[in-house]
Amino acid sequence: MSKKTLFDKVWDSHVVKHIEDGPDVLFIDRHFIHEVTSPVAFLGLESRGIGVLFPERTFATADHNTPTINQHLPVEDPLSANQLKALETNSGKYGISHWGLGNPKNGIVHVVGPENGITQPGMTIVCGDSHTSTHGAFGAIAFGIGTSEVEMVLASQCIMQPKPKKMRINVNGKLGKGVTPKDVTLYIIAQISASGATGYFAEYAGDVFENMSMEGRMTVCNMSIEMGARGGMIAPDETTFAFLEGREKSPKGEEWTKQVAYWKTLKSDEGAEFDLELTYNAADIEPQITYGTNPGLGTGISRNIPKASEVKDGEASYKKSLAYMGFAEGESMIGKEVDYVFLGSCTNGRIEDFRAFASIVKGRKKADNITAWLVPGSHIVESQIKEEGILDILTEAGFALRQPGCSACLAMNDDKIPAGKLAVSTSNRNFEGRQGPNSKTLLASPLVAAAAAVTGKVTDPRVFL
Amino acid sequence: MAYDSFKILTSSCVPLPLENVDTDQIIPARFLKATKREGFGDNLFRDWRYNGDDTPKADFVLNNPTYSGKILVAGRNFGSGSSREHAAWAIYDYGFRCVISSFFADIFKGNSLNIGILPVTVSPEFLDKIFTAIESDPKAEVIVDLPSQKVTIAATGESESFDINGYKKHNMTNGFDDIDYLQSMKAEIGEFEKTRI
Repeated sequence: MSKKTLFDKVWDSHVVKHIEDGPDVLFIDRHFIHEVTSPVAFLGLESRGIGVLFPERTFATADHNTPTINQHLPVEDPLSANQLKALETNSGKYGISHWGLGNPKNGIVHVVGPENGITQPGMTIVCGDSHTSTHGAFGAIAFGIGTSEVEMVLASQCIMQPKPKKMRINVNGKLGKGVTPKDVTLYIIAQISASGATGYFAEYAGDVFENMSMEGRMTVCNMSIEMGARGGMIAPDETTFAFLEGREKSPKGEEWTKQVAYWKTLKSDEGAEFDLELTYNAADIEPQITYGTNPGLGTGISRNIPKASEVKDGEASYKKSLAYMGFAEGESMIGKEVDYVFLGSCTNGRIEDFRAFASIVKGRKKADNITAWLVPGSHIVESQIKEEGILDILTEAGFALRQPGCSACLAMNDDKIPAGKLAVSTSNRNFEGRQGPNSKTLLASPLVAAAAAVTGKVTDPRVFL
Repeated sequence: MAYDSFKILTSSCVPLPLENVDTDQIIPARFLKATKREGFGDNLFRDWRYNGDDTPKADFVLNNPTYSGKILVAGRNFGSGSSREHAAWAIYDYGFRCVISSFFADIFKGNSLNIGILPVTVSPEFLDKIFTAIESDPKAEVIVDLPSQKVTIAATGESESFDINGYKKHNMTNGFDDIDYLQSMKAEIGEFEKTRI
């Protein structure tokens, strides 16, 4: 038998049909939808006069366009309210499970899927959102799709995709003090650029990922799209099984035992071939921060902004990027004055991220020049924050907690960073205007965000650890 | 949603010689609140195209009457970032039917093909030739021939072939989409579903 990668095993077991000189018809086990990329897909179904083939395989949650304060009140913006209503109506009409605003299970789609056990190893999972790659942390093939494909999955539970190339990214060794999963992923992206993995599906391997928590693995897989990869995945292991056991939608009893036995087979065979293999050393990674307007333009926090001649991106876009940020080549990142801090998003809105943030702000005070938005990824995360006493630490330090949602990551709701202001953000994209028209974003870990929140400027978090 | 078929397109071009143009630039998130696919072209490249007070930015190419056409020519890694199909809708709605670049982000490329925009990947050298041709004559025409998978600069006759899989080519030239195909496979999919948890 030929040697297979983890990706091959999962992909091949979902191919309903291979079209000669064309894509594979790939069966989709779980489909997540949200209010922004689904309405036009439902309209498409209506105009074709067809329904949803397997509604029990689709799960709806409202997150992109929801307010993060006063969620008990009607949504003020009529366009946003209309989108939320459309999700509710469409879900009801076709019998799709819907966790709307106010539902205790509501939250960011890539947070609530895993925490309710909907996401499982060996599955194919799609959503009209590029950060669907998050679910790859469980050894699933998970990737973002467009609205035409959302319609396709609703109509047929399949999508048509050519099989991507395979790459493996190995990181071995021991991570240094203050170096988090977010730093590992930002480091990798800075090495290979924001398009370095385009056309590939990544597998992350090596002891750094083996020793990582599920929250950390989700952070890493989440950012796979930021290096251009369609997705990234990690072989399931005891950490995965321990996370899933007992969750609402996880298999139970005999079915659990049977599934775990299958899940244990989901790893790349010894000697399986990859189209590209990259290896990094954990010791080379320090806390990271971005300085430009794509996630590949980042560096170790203690380093200076590289010269145009040192970066892989084109000179025109590199210079445009620095001009937008108001930075100069060769400058130091440490000490830059910060206006906003955003902790949250499907990248870093989980309990571990709030624990990390609290570990630095504990016993300190929020800097006066900082506006901080702390947004849990779900109501379940929010409850954990309260139960673990983290809220008390945050309150004591002068911070407040908002309600769950995507919030300032993409600034579709009112959580917009004002023009010209500089934000340290634990989210995933630093594109021009991403967090609000003319706002400026520095992507970093929750520890770097906390260090900025208490000092008011870009600060190496290791001084607090 | 079926779209007009695409065979041979001969048009002048709009040049955007920038790399890493992400979908947040093509259409910012605050314009994604619609529940219908209408009017996205008005907000194509919104923040590069308009000032905060909605007045046009004179130096942006879409506001320069010298350039027009149904082909957008852009630098490498076009369409990176968010999966929002609204980016492809905005490009289509504005009037483009083809984007030429030396490298596309995966999701954007798939979305484009699904709605009837042809993404044409050319070599970096040929992309430079197209930019040069537009620079010397803003009305320079490019011929995109899907049946023969060839892109030609009309004035010089220089051409290059491009890749597209046979299935997608058939769909594009006939205006078919994937759902038409998948509907014919319902029984097979139904059987497959029974084997999945």
